[in-house]
Order: sequence, then structure tokens, then C-alpha cells
Amino acid sequence: MSTATAPLSNKVLTARFGRVIQRDPLWMRAGLIGIAFLYLGVLVFLPLLLVLVAALGKGVAAYWAAITDSAALDAIKLTLFVSFSSVSLNLLFGLAAAWAITKFQFRGKGLLVTLIDVPFSVSPVVSGLIFVLLFGAQGWFGPWLQAHDIKIVFAWPSILLATTFVTFPFVARELIPLMQAQGNDQEQAAITLGANGWQTFRHVTFPNIRWGLIYALVLCNARAMGEFGAVSVVSGHIRGQTNTIPLHIETLYNEYSSSAAFSVASLLALFAFATLGMKALMERRLSREGGVRRLDTRHNNEDIFRSLE
Amino acid sequence: MRTTSSITLNHVYKHFGSFVALDDVTLDIQAGQLAAILGPSGSGKTTLLRTIAGLETQNRGSLYFGTEEITETSPRERNVGFVFQHYALFRHMTVLENIGFGLKVQRRKLGLSKKDIRDRAMRLLRTVRLEGLENRMPDELSGGQKQRVALARALAIEPKVLLLDEPFGALDAKVRKELRRWLRLFHEQMGITTVFVTHDQDEALEIADQIVIMNHGKIEQVGSPGEIYGQPANSFVEEFLDISENPVPANLLASRVASLPRSFAFGD
Repeated sequence: MSTATAPLSNKVLTARFGRVIQRDPLWMRAGLIGIAFLYLGVLVFLPLLLVLVAALGKGVAAYWAAITDSAALDAIKLTLFVSFSSVSLNLLFGLAAAWAITKFQFRGKGLLVTLIDVPFSVSPVVSGLIFVLLFGAQGWFGPWLQAHDIKIVFAWPSILLATTFVTFPFVARELIPLMQAQGNDQEQAAITLGANGWQTFRHVTFPNIRWGLIYALVLCNARAMGEFGAVSVVSGHIRGQTNTIPLHIETLYNEYSSSAAFSVASLLALFAFATLGMKALMERRLSREGGVRRLDTRHNNEDIFRSLE
Repeated sequence: MRTTSSITLNHVYKHFGSFVALDDVTLDIQAGQLAAILGPSGSGKTTLLRTIAGLETQNRGSLYFGTEEITETSPRERNVGFVFQHYALFRHMTVLENIGFGLKVQRRKLGLSKKDIRDRAMRLLRTVRLEGLENRMPDELSGGQKQRVALARALAIEPKVLLLDEPFGALDAKVRKELRRWLRLFHEQMGITTVFVTHDQDEALEIADQIVIMNHGKIEQVGSPGEIYGQPANSFVEEFLDISENPVPANLLASRVASLPRSFAFGD
């Protein structure tokens, strides 16, 4: 006969389930952590550091001149304008798409979900060519656009269109699983309580998706600022007019002004770091809000009968 | 006592694709009654409740609250109190904000000040015996407490009818028994027409005035607990309630809380 079960010792656990995970030897832990750091160091940190070193290779004055050059300033302005606009558009359309997909039942929903992913699966170069085929001089709408003196390709509208297209999935992709997990109960509760559509969104849906949405916008912005392929096809590389920061960097590099190219590149990297910093802040905020709160059990169900005695 | 309505459904039919959820349902629930919709899962009982609230739209048939036709009325304007199975509390609002939500969104229509809303929400908080918890977040409450917040929130808009979807389904057995007794007493206090969905016959038997038994989208029988157990309309009712094996559920009928003395005092 066996005796009463005592708490299982580590020895017993080890015998039954093999190695206990926390018992990994020090050399293994140190080795794995070291490899992770080495890998990221060589692949991410070192190149970024080299960009900065190369940027400052000809001194701070040359660095400053490179990023305050009028063509560079125009590129910065264009990039900020395009990324801000495309993020705004994707906020609207991504929200609308996520809302439609998670709150309504309709035919063709599966197709819509698949279409949302197209910009991620198609090469950016192809995305750019789509717009040339549509709006270019030889394109579908080309003659009509020319007749009305509207310029899309080789002008900022096509850069905006291409960037918006390429970054479209970020918001919708982030929100769909979030909104699906939350279901419609809270919205329906709000409606039975007399809330209209806007009140339901403002007071119920939005607070529930707020941080997910901001997170998506941050990612969307990072990608919009750095987009190269699609923009390169539609922009025409006109200095001071249709060059975004990535295109300007390429132009400088091709002209063998590599230190100027690296200077502007370091600026783009700085924007990316600012974005990453915002994302980290969001995540901290998110985990704090989602954290388990203290549960007070003082107030039991028993006292609902207090009044009945 | 607040004004409450009877509920009438005339030949209501609802399908989801090829699945028939409500098949020619005609039903009359008198004002002030506590009715239970009882049936196995997939029998259409929740669809029936949601159709009364307007959260589902029937394909055919008409609905009335009292003499007022609500067939085409949006759920927003039906003035029903709906308690969801998993409460559907607003997670980012405090208990008090949850309860006051309906009043807040209808503030202009009802001509209420912020203080009026707060006062009414506090009064409801006392009615459901949750004083002191007004600043808690829903995540900090037990299941039974959440249920009562959901109930208070539904009652805040002074609904014509109160609809509860599996109100005790997510609670453990002990809390469940307490809460259903409490709901019965509460119902007698408020006098509001109340319909709740359940798959537990003991629950229906113990607290309902009227039981509606559903199967495959159809109503099999409507009647008081005594009538249904005394004269089951057909073999489905008999089998579903296990009447052949347990012919006289005398213990259950005797335990009906309706027969408790009515001399109790609620919050205010």
C-alpha cells in the first residue's frame, strides 16, 4: 500500500518528466543569451552603428550640411506629409474594414479578408507598377487625366497612393483579431441601453481597441516612412519634388556622395527609433491596463440576503 | 411601481441561412409575469429572447409590447432591459459608470443632469446590494456581482420589459441557487415583466410563473409549472422534463420561492 502523497520533490519530477526546465546549467543559459545578443548585434546594431559612423565620417559640419540641403529638406517634408496622410487614410479605412468584418455578416467576407492581405504578399515593385498601369500616360485613366490636366504618376498623389496601398493591412490586421475576440455583446448592450452608433463607437468600441489601434498606427507609420520599392516606381525621382527620404538617400548614394547618403539615412533611422520608442511606451501602457487587478472578496454574495431577514 | 408591458408575438419566423431558429412562434406573456423559456440547446430560446429585444430581426410575423406594435422598432428604441449571458459589462468603466451608461447616452432626451444620473445609479447600486463597490472595475468583481451590475444597468433605463439570457449559466452552483431566489423576490418587488432563458428545468420550475418549452424553433407547451408537470402536452415535454422517471417533483414545487412571505424590504 502506498502512503499518502507528499508534495512531489524535484527529484521525483525529474524522474517522471525528464529535466526540469529551470535546472538548465549556467553555461547553457549564458550561451543561448550570448548567441541571441551576438546575432542581433551583428545583424542589427553593428550596421546601424556603421551608418552613424559613415555619416559623421566627414565631420559634423558636413553631416549638418547634408541634412539641411534644400533637396534633403524637401525630401523630409514630402516623407512626413506622405506618411502622415497615408497613416490617416489607413486609420479610416482600416477601422472601417475591421468594423465591417467583425460586426456584420455578409457575403464575400472571406474575399475581403484575403484582399486586405494582398499588399503584404505582393512585392512593392508590383504595387507601384499597378498605379503606373492605372494612372500613367499609357494607363487606363491616363488620357482622361491628361485631358483634365491632373498629374498622378511622377507626382505626390501617386506616392501617397502607393504608400497607402503598401501599408493598408497594418491597421485592419491588428484590429480584426482584437475586435473578434471582444465580440459584439458590449456594443449590443450599449444599443439596448439607447446608445446611437456614434455613442457606441465613442464610449464602447473605441476604448476597447484604443491601444491596439495606436500600436497599429505606429507600425504603419514606420513602414510608410521607409517605403522604397513602390514609391520608387511611381515617383520619377524628381529632386526637390518627388523624392522621399529613402529615394533621396538612393540618389545621393548613386552619385557617390556616400557620406551625405549616410547622413540622411541616419536621420531616417532616428525617425524609426522615435517610432520604436513610442511603440515601447504603448506596450508598457497596454500591459499595465491589461494586468490583473487585486480581487477583493470581502463583498460576498451572501449579503444580498441581508435585506431579506 | 413602474409601468410594464405584456409581450405578444404573432407567427414569428426566423431563419439563419437554411437553419430555422424560430418556426411560427406565437406567444403571449402577461404584464408583470416572470416567464422562463426552457429548452435544449439549439432549440431557438436565445433567438426568441433576442428577437423580443430587437437584436435579431424576424423574417416574418409581428411583435407587440402591450398594444404598441414594435415589429419594426429598433432595439435602441424598444426600451428593453437586456442582461447578457456573459454580462457584457463595459470593461473600462467603473461599476457606477456601467449602471449609469443608459442614462448618460439618453441624457438629453430624458433631461437629466449629471447629478441625477449619479443619484439614480447609486440608488440602483443599493437595490442590487452592491453599495461600496461603485468605483470598482468589472474585472474586480465576482460572477454574481457582475450579474447584479448587469441587472442594475439594464434596469436603469426603466425598461418596459426585462430580458435575461441564461442569467445563472456562468455561475457556480451555490451562487446560482441564491441568485435565482433573489431574482424571484426582486421580480416581485419590481413587478416588471421578465423573461429569462434557461436550459435547467429546476430553475424554471422554481421561480417562473409561466414556462415556455421550446424545441427545434417551435413552442411545445406554455403553462404554469403545475400545468406543465400535471399535463405535459406531448412526449417531448415529458422526456425533456424527465416526468416519467420523476413523476411528482413535489420537493421542487414545494420549494417555490413564490410562496415565501412577501414581507421583505429592499434598499429604499
